[in-house]
Amino acid sequence: MTNTGYDKIQKKSQRSDRTRKIVTYIGLVFWAFIVLFPFYWMILTSVKTYSSYNSEYIPKFFTLSPTLQNYVDAFTAVPLAQYFLNTLIFAVITTAAMLIVIILSAFAFARLEFKGRNALFSFFLSLMMIPNELVIITNFVTITNLGLRNTFTGLILPSITSVFYIYLLKENFEQIPNELYKAAKVDGTSDLKYLFKVMIPISQPTIVTITILKVIECWNSYVWPRLITDNEAYFLVSNGIQAIRENGFGRENIPAMMAAVVVISVPLVILFLIFHKKIMAGVSRGGTKG
Amino acid sequence: MRKLRPWLYLLPAIAFLGVFMVYPLIDVMIYSMEEGYNSASQTYFGVGLYNFRYVLRDPYFIQALKNTFILVIITVPLSTGIGLLIAVALNSIQKLKDLFQTIFFLPYVTNTLAVGLVFMILFKKTAYSDGLINVLIQTFGGTGVDFIDGPYWAKMFVLCFYTVWVVLPFKILILTSALASVNEDYYKAAKIDGTSRWRIFWKITLPMISPMIFYLIITGFIGAFKAYSDAVALFGTDLNAAGMNTIVGYVYDMLYGNGGGYPSYASAAALILFAIVMTITCINLLISEKTNV
Amino acid sequence: MKVILEHLTKRYPSRDKNGKDVIAVNDFNFEIPDGKLIGLLGPSGCGKSTTLNLISGLESPTEGKIWFGEDDVTDLPPEHRGVGLVFQSYALYPHMTVRQNIMFPLQNLKGKDKLSKEAMNQKAEEAARLVQIERLMERKPREMSGGQQQRVAIARALVKMPRILLLDEPLSNLDARLRLQTREEIRRIQKNTGITTVFVTHDQEEAMSISDEIVVMESGILQQIGNPQHVYDEPVNLFVAKFLGTPAINVFEGEVKGGRLFIGGQDVLAVSGVEDQPVSVGIRPEGFILSEDGPFRTKLVQVEVMGRDTSVVSEHPDCVSGLIRSIISAENRVEAKDGNVAFELKPAKVHIFRKDSGVRIPYPEQERHV
Repeated sequence: MTNTGYDKIQKKSQRSDRTRKIVTYIGLVFWAFIVLFPFYWMILTSVKTYSSYNSEYIPKFFTLSPTLQNYVDAFTAVPLAQYFLNTLIFAVITTAAMLIVIILSAFAFARLEFKGRNALFSFFLSLMMIPNELVIITNFVTITNLGLRNTFTGLILPSITSVFYIYLLKENFEQIPNELYKAAKVDGTSDLKYLFKVMIPISQPTIVTITILKVIECWNSYVWPRLITDNEAYFLVSNGIQAIRENGFGRENIPAMMAAVVVISVPLVILFLIFHKKIMAGVSRGGTKG
Repeated sequence: MRKLRPWLYLLPAIAFLGVFMVYPLIDVMIYSMEEGYNSASQTYFGVGLYNFRYVLRDPYFIQALKNTFILVIITVPLSTGIGLLIAVALNSIQKLKDLFQTIFFLPYVTNTLAVGLVFMILFKKTAYSDGLINVLIQTFGGTGVDFIDGPYWAKMFVLCFYTVWVVLPFKILILTSALASVNEDYYKAAKIDGTSRWRIFWKITLPMISPMIFYLIITGFIGAFKAYSDAVALFGTDLNAAGMNTIVGYVYDMLYGNGGGYPSYASAAALILFAIVMTITCINLLISEKTNV
Repeated sequence: MKVILEHLTKRYPSRDKNGKDVIAVNDFNFEIPDGKLIGLLGPSGCGKSTTLNLISGLESPTEGKIWFGEDDVTDLPPEHRGVGLVFQSYALYPHMTVRQNIMFPLQNLKGKDKLSKEAMNQKAEEAARLVQIERLMERKPREMSGGQQQRVAIARALVKMPRILLLDEPLSNLDARLRLQTREEIRRIQKNTGITTVFVTHDQEEAMSISDEIVVMESGILQQIGNPQHVYDEPVNLFVAKFLGTPAINVFEGEVKGGRLFIGGQDVLAVSGVEDQPVSVGIRPEGFILSEDGPFRTKLVQVEVMGRDTSVVSEHPDCVSGLIRSIISAENRVEAKDGNVAFELKPAKVHIFRKDSGVRIPYPEQERHV
């Protein structure tokens, strides 16, 4: 082959590389736009005045007279602050209680020797296949019969265990060398002390990930709270937003509705921006939506 | 005492799982067989398959079944395909990769109900405004349509669109990390051999990440069959009236909600859903087994 | 096919913003003669894999040119260079059989180069026969041993009859016995095909045993090229001397004064014509001769009898490479006087290096003995 032939091949491959790159970036920007646009739109709408929103037959992509009145309405016309507080209480207690339960059982599965350990663990794993929809019916009846509807106890109880997180944590605990445990035993450290002084600190990254994922799950939970609460005083944000949509503000006050949507979305978005590496790593290890 | 200690650690988990998972699982089967159960008096008159027959004949259930199947068939392949496309694009760039990845993951952490409301106002046609999407359609010469209260296919389109928007972050994340874990040497070897990009993708990349794709298809099927809150977010709680109910929505409606109070029908419907999901999962597993040998 | 590297340089931008660029390959000039097997040798991170990637076209140089024979291939994409590359990880496609793996490069050919199915099969079988795996054609890579996988990788690289064969640490994933076997195998295949071959390794023994020429590199800089024995006998500098040979060369602080070499005040050797200066002294383990009244006295630590040879381990305060290892014939009995042992030195095995640059200073007594 001659040198001129090589030149042509070089030019051609450089050109097609550049085209491919441009197309790739255009595609990615396009999808980023689709992802971000709803967020932009809800913030934009939330700062438009009620009258200007309703007078725009063709919606405008910006506003020259932003207002915070909608946010005031969101907190005064509907008990948004109440929903917020409820969700916070729900998320904190559920997550804390779950952490205790799963840490104890993950420790038992990972480090303690007892008859039937493997059988029991396999049984736990098989429970992962049971869909929530199947057991929620009886749980609804159980909680109703216990007179726990419209209470935090009723909201929280069924979400306290997660087989998946027990599994995740047990795997993590098992990676801690057994020699550490033996050394602690020789030194006369009790199991519980070992768990709190050694295993939990070492597994802290996983525990943090589980905590964040559980808080997100609590913040977004909708179905169970909807079944178990019909008193506004116990609504979580998801139910609150649905109630606002059906009869808050009067149906047409969309800017105020969007203000409420912004308010309940902000905490998670902030949490995500701070912990995005951790959250994404945690989810890719086997989380699913919902 | 020593022997009992492990069980002490496990006690809370066993208790909660027993009460809220194992017992309900048995109970739901009993419910589904009890005919004419009355939740007020807690009595029933017979045992049999009547509940299943009732549910399968209920036009609302048939509608829900149809909606769910359409949703599954459209969104699972579509979201997996788009997810793969985006993951491949993400993997081929260096600049701004982290930024794009973070943006694409954002929908995962947002409240489905809340963002659904935004989609609703984007697609809805009201007396004052045609809504942004309709305005866009009209600028390109189409005729607008009310996606929220209008024809069935328009509503289904929004539901599918929103579902894909919601499930994509997870798929993009999983596929991006699967792609990144393929040993770079395979691509170098292929490049030296002059393999075209297209061929590299079909012959090397795809087979290498096929376990992850199957995992996503299986979880995608399971997730899509359980669709509910996306529909509520777009069309409101009275999904039967909107004609957009899903199987899970039907279960909840039977249990509670409008005209609820029939745990037996709810149980029967839930078990039917479970059977469908199990069957499809098994078929998926068989196929993936075959292609992986 | 002859390969010429001309002022070849590869710089990577630094990770942090204000840092300096990393120079992986720094102004390389050398020529790989047609049909030879060249060993690229150096510690990990010295730029040898980058050099290989530059030759293959997977990376393009920052400066300089690469010629294959008369063709300038500097900016040519890899698929048009006609090279075969074997990876340390083998990079066999796990979902394909051996046959499919070997045929894969052929299936990429387009246009007038396109082959019929039979022709491809025939070529794949030829390549398989060359590396003696023709009976394993229908297996998947995971059903084979590491050595067999390695052969498949070589067959895949050879099937298109490349102009240049490149091997990147091809033996380091194999166990010791297989490594020995496979390196002889690679030598045989290379001789049979006559393809110009570049072989990257960090194992000096491996490189010396099969290469026609070795290229010693360190931190991106070419240190020495030459026939393995020649490089071993006449290292250009202290680095090369230290890198080649097992056990490694013993290094001492020394001084040249009036044509004599002193270590720790002991006058050990004549080095006529060398200017007075402090020097580094390298003595090969085989450069020691036991001698009761030899000029070089060291403190005996232990004697290790290893059948054919005896290794005498001793100490000297001016030794900078730890313990002194010397290898002497097992027939000699080691006798220590007051815990000391004395040696005479073979000039051919004693190298002196400049203190500042590490460059070797030749002296006439040494050459006489070569």
